[in-house]
Amino acid sequence: MPTKIRLMSQVILPSFGAACVLLAWAIVSATVAPDLPSPLRTWQESRRYILEPFFKDGEMNQGIGRLAFYSLVRVAKGFVLALAIGTPIGFLLGLSRRFHESFDPIVQFMRPISPLAWLPLGLVIFQKSEPAAIFTIALCAMWPTVINTAVGVRSISQEYLNVGRVLKLSRPRMLTRIIVPATLPYVFTGYRLSLGLAWLVIVAAEMLTGTPGVGGFLWQEYNSLVYSHIILSVLTIGAIGFLLDRLMGLVEARVRVN
Amino acid sequence: MAYVEVRGLRKAYVTRRGRIPVLGGIDLSLDEGEFIAVVGYSGSGKTTLVSLLGGLIVPDAGEIRLDGVPVTGPGPERGIVFQHYSLLPWLSVRDNVALAVDAVNPGLASAERRRITDEFIALVSLTPAAWKRPRELSGGMRQRVAVARGLAMRPKLLLMDEPFSALDALTRATLQDELLRIWGERRSTVILITNDVDEAILLADRIYPMTPGPDAVLGPAIEVGLPRPRQRRHMSLEPAYQKARRALVEFLRATEPARAYSRPPSTVSASSSDK
Repeated sequence: MPTKIRLMSQVILPSFGAACVLLAWAIVSATVAPDLPSPLRTWQESRRYILEPFFKDGEMNQGIGRLAFYSLVRVAKGFVLALAIGTPIGFLLGLSRRFHESFDPIVQFMRPISPLAWLPLGLVIFQKSEPAAIFTIALCAMWPTVINTAVGVRSISQEYLNVGRVLKLSRPRMLTRIIVPATLPYVFTGYRLSLGLAWLVIVAAEMLTGTPGVGGFLWQEYNSLVYSHIILSVLTIGAIGFLLDRLMGLVEARVRVN
Repeated sequence: MAYVEVRGLRKAYVTRRGRIPVLGGIDLSLDEGEFIAVVGYSGSGKTTLVSLLGGLIVPDAGEIRLDGVPVTGPGPERGIVFQHYSLLPWLSVRDNVALAVDAVNPGLASAERRRITDEFIALVSLTPAAWKRPRELSGGMRQRVAVARGLAMRPKLLLMDEPFSALDALTRATLQDELLRIWGERRSTVILITNDVDEAILLADRIYPMTPGPDAVLGPAIEVGLPRPRQRRHMSLEPAYQKARRALVEFLRATEPARAYSRPPSTVSASSSDK
């Protein structure tokens, strides 16, 4: 592709889009919402958090990099737990009709429950905010993995299964050589969606439990009336979510064999 | 009793639009080391016949015996070369063949299994491509892998379901010649399903024409009197070739269905692969 077109489509037009949003933000803060900090004020009040991302003045007053790191660690724990529970459940749902008939209704029932509903229950069960947050993230994030894996197993081409049947492959070999590799692209699509959900849930979990992290910081700054830091948090959440999705997208592309 | 005995094989599919009787009583027999072909129109139930012989689906009536043993399910003693290759895309050429070799020789040492795998890859001239994935191969090379996998099972009976129909004419001819050479070396027992009259005459000892469905049956067997080893060149000038071809074409013409070209052939084969 000629560099000129590339520059246009990958730099100039996206910058134009961002400029439009900044302008709208500036207009809204200057007219209808005087409490909303303008882009310039947001930058002035947030620059230390961005330019020195790892400073630490206190439990809740830390650079944005440090806060993001806490949130990422929490999300990673919940995400790994979600995959560890969700992947086998997905395979069982896809492989066994009995299991599907027993547990699919439960899955469909639990899937739409909001993280806000699970969190208090997590606090009741674990009595501590940290495990309650991880429990909530895992419980909310695992459904795309469960459902994609199950769909993936059920949509394996009969062609591939016939190869295994003709060769009379043992159950474990059928799994490792045919069923798992054929399902892998679906599984990783599930993982990508699960990671997106885990990151969505983190804010709610930290807000409600008051643990240090981007979401906790956001809620604390709202209570301390430092509105520019809400915007800083929102932008950080968006940027990290975008990067995580891109990262998982790369992993996902690698497992697509066909 | 013959090596392969098929008696009164019937199969119908039940769909939302009703019952489709595909095969209406197939009789077939062949001796060990024979190469026979079944020739018929698209959609006449040829793939259903292969699936039944392979044990992938269960007949409504009738019996299949291989070496005296009734066929009740799939197994590597009846190797199948599928129409659409059915290679596993996540495995290399080598691993696709090795999967078959390992499955049928669990008792052998791994070095010995590796040697057998290499032997079959070499047999289809794919040694230089052994580490490639199927998607990196041409259609002809993919079907070579499928043939190698089918042979590597060392089946008592090799079933080939229109193995070359998806290939261009030149590649098809090359692969037919290669199959002729390989069969000449090993004398496997083969049932080839095809819609290509010349392919059947070039390769088979005996040809069964198939009537178009519903309730397809096989016509009287046509012996191909051509001596072996056969050569594609000059074959069409041989009286034995012309005789076999005339008999085959006459039978197929006489049974040609009025709707042979308007009926979607996929309705039958699709439902058979879903079962």
